[in-house]
Amino acid sequence: MTEVRTGWETVVGLEVHAELSTATKLFCGCRNVFGEEPNTNVCPVCLGLPGSLPVLNRMAVELAMRIGTALHCRVQPSQFHRKNYFYPDMPKDYQISQYDVPINADGWLELPGGRRVGIVRAHLEEDTGKTTHVGGGGRIHEASHSLVDYNRAGVPLVEIVSAPDMRSAEEAKAYVDELRAILVATGVSDGKMEEGSLRVDANVSVRPAGSDQLGTRCEIKNMNSLRSLGRAVEYEASRQIRLIGEGRTVIQETRHWDEGAGKTGSMRSKEEAYDYRYFPEPDLVPLAPPAEWLGRVAASLPRLPAERRAALAALSGSSPDSDAVVTVVRLGLDRLVEAAPPEHAALALRRTANEVASDTEAAARLDARAFARLVALEAGGKLTVAQARTVLKELMRRGGDPEEIAAELGFEALDAGSLEKVVDEVVAAHPAEWERYAAGEDKLAGFFVGLVKKATGGSADLGEASALLRSRRGG
Amino acid sequence: MSAREIAAAVRAGATSAAAVVEEHLERAEGGDGEVHAFNSLLADHARRAAVAVDRAVAEGRDPGPLAGVPVALKDNICTRGIPTTCSSRILDGWRPPYDATVVRRLADSGAVVIGKTNMDEFAMGSSTENSAFGPTRNPRDKTRVPGGSSGGSAAAVAAGFAPLALGSDTGGSIRQPAALCGVVGAKPTYGLVSRYGLVAFASSLDQIGPLAADVADAAVLLDAISGPDPADSTCLAGEAPRAAERLDAGVDGIRVGVVRELAEAEGMSADVVSRLRQAAEALAGAGAKVDEVSVPAAVYGLSAYYLIAPAEASSNLARYDGVRYGLRVEEPGGDVTEMYEATRTAGFGDEVKRRVMLGTYALSAGYYDAYYGKAQKVRTLIIRDFDAAYESFDVLLSPTAPGTAFPLGSKTADPLTMYLNDVCTIPSNLAGHPAISVPFGWGDDGLPVGVQVLAPALGETVMFQVAAHIERLAP
Repeated sequence: MTEVRTGWETVVGLEVHAELSTATKLFCGCRNVFGEEPNTNVCPVCLGLPGSLPVLNRMAVELAMRIGTALHCRVQPSQFHRKNYFYPDMPKDYQISQYDVPINADGWLELPGGRRVGIVRAHLEEDTGKTTHVGGGGRIHEASHSLVDYNRAGVPLVEIVSAPDMRSAEEAKAYVDELRAILVATGVSDGKMEEGSLRVDANVSVRPAGSDQLGTRCEIKNMNSLRSLGRAVEYEASRQIRLIGEGRTVIQETRHWDEGAGKTGSMRSKEEAYDYRYFPEPDLVPLAPPAEWLGRVAASLPRLPAERRAALAALSGSSPDSDAVVTVVRLGLDRLVEAAPPEHAALALRRTANEVASDTEAAARLDARAFARLVALEAGGKLTVAQARTVLKELMRRGGDPEEIAAELGFEALDAGSLEKVVDEVVAAHPAEWERYAAGEDKLAGFFVGLVKKATGGSADLGEASALLRSRRGG
Repeated sequence: MSAREIAAAVRAGATSAAAVVEEHLERAEGGDGEVHAFNSLLADHARRAAVAVDRAVAEGRDPGPLAGVPVALKDNICTRGIPTTCSSRILDGWRPPYDATVVRRLADSGAVVIGKTNMDEFAMGSSTENSAFGPTRNPRDKTRVPGGSSGGSAAAVAAGFAPLALGSDTGGSIRQPAALCGVVGAKPTYGLVSRYGLVAFASSLDQIGPLAADVADAAVLLDAISGPDPADSTCLAGEAPRAAERLDAGVDGIRVGVVRELAEAEGMSADVVSRLRQAAEALAGAGAKVDEVSVPAAVYGLSAYYLIAPAEASSNLARYDGVRYGLRVEEPGGDVTEMYEATRTAGFGDEVKRRVMLGTYALSAGYYDAYYGKAQKVRTLIIRDFDAAYESFDVLLSPTAPGTAFPLGSKTADPLTMYLNDVCTIPSNLAGHPAISVPFGWGDDGLPVGVQVLAPALGETVMFQVAAHIERLAP
């Protein structure tokens, strides 16, 4: 997916800050919540009052280990450092962060297309307060005064730093999208870019296509959606290519994305960059989670999106980066496809991605077994495509039984009862096999379906029979 | 009356806490005009606390081991609703919304906080002349300094304003003023006493400790405040050693090493060294096995200290920026950076500025390894050399300060000469080990001299045991 613009290649590395979904802040007992009255959710510790001391939140460490494990990082003993700089929204005028020994290092994330993006580190740190500049255009130098809300101060963050492995705005967006999906799936963060619980800074440089040298990079800040990330990377790459084309050089600096103007503007150059004077945080002891704890964290991780995409692709016979698979996994609707009769998984995937996914709220409520029966009806030819879509729409609207809905709508009546009877007989006649199937030996499904086929002289909807078998086992 | 006698009398109902407090308030109100041990005398607060103690006794409840004993608190220990100034203009008007852990422990022991004592600004100094509120005078000779930085606490005890005081010791700030005022002062093992609520100077070195008229009182006070605290991550878990456990056990068979490098350090006056030798001989006469011992890295302590402590201070003191509390100085139309500068310029004294600048420099990019990094290595060497010495000795002996109390103003012009005051006390802070200063005779000028007993980490029991015996042997 290398993007070549008149012989240039864009190189992107991303720094993502994700707020952790803990109950309390990183170093004190204040609640970790969004949207409270300003400066009501604070205490001596997160206000950095003289004499106060930080105490590390155990859950934050656990969530950090969770994301580290999900990103295939080395989860290691680590240490906190102080990052010193003056800013009114930082109560102590230093941020407690991690520096040369982060909790997670050297991992990777696989994009849906299969490309791996290196993860340099994913470390723990505290968030700052929030400054609102009043008057002017909302920028500090134009403001008449500023208001600071310290509710966010001390909220736990992981900063996830990628290698400069992305080659286009599209890839940068895909990376953030995937990372967000992993954060949500692992329960580490709610991943809401609009609420600021996921914040992305982009390091962008360009180089002649084919070069293996990195160009001078600029760090772009202030993108608050995937869309603005994409636009900002596009704009910045074009700006740099234009500069070089004009015989000028790119200056290493931090640039501010202006969403309205669709441009980046200079914030501060490398010469003006802060010297953060990092040194080990003397108020905290080194962090060395026992291997047994890390083992428990790793064992408790849910299936990750890449794994789920692979499973869904295998089940439905499609590609892991197909739009349908990516959409279904992103929306967490795998269960619908998995509940359908395996031989109709491809149809179930299409219906899920095309119809169900268009209404995420109703999708969340949709009963998987009813959906599976509907897919079987369609696959068995008992409903036409158009009828199936209509029934599905109703099913999503009000729930219920697809056959009843079909009957109500005057679609061809169905004798589901007789199929159920055949299935019952077949099961009753082979108790030993049923027990094995019920215990999880899935390949025996074929055995029973074959018997049903034989008993009905080939007239039964085998998908339906399959679903009945499963539902009997599940119930 | 000693603190022990007061507590015993109050607990037995032989005297009232109210009477004890009244007596001390009267003495302080009469004498402190000249001495200036206190930044604030908390008469109302103390009277209320005394009433509560007396009520407990009347109701048959035990108010605790320090029942009714007045305690003077160094003014860098946070007291809820009561100004805590660190003797700095920059904390003008600030009242902590919380009590330090030691303040709660004092209350739980029945002690009565009687006032907040003067100090060198942010505990930076060795004479209590670096106070924004003027110097404290030595009660033994009011033309002389009381030492520092806990000069107010030492003077309050020496003048009889309070039988007990708490100070903080980062490089000798309890022990050196104790020596100069002729009282006992101990710095506990790092982590034995919670730092929660102690306004930080150099977090990896700071410890709160007791000052008292005799060793047994100091031991009782330390035992009342020591022990684990979940609010301080650097506070040691596990049961604290009891300082008062073996005060009468004598020194028979105890191995005492006189630290050659400290006894012979630059600037030691002859009378101080001669008192040290005399104390060593007396211990030998009492059955201790006394010998000389070499702790080679100890002499590098001063240089390492003046990098590590300012480095940590530069970060710890960054929060005094005028944004949230304390002093704010601003010109109309100025921006936030100008406000920072004006506030810190007006709010901090020269010594604080000097150390903040030193520390900022020591942590700067490109200088870190040469300064802060190297100083930390020296620290490791000092610990190694102490460990070697403690293979052959139970405790070590050295002078506390190079000389007796010096005249006010005599060292203020030359910071380096002032810094040399701490050459014997600093190694214990760098190693995290306990040390105590005990009065032992007088200098040629008739002023008190202290000898220092050093012990390995958590060696408080044997340290106080030896100190108590030195006190018995003192001329």
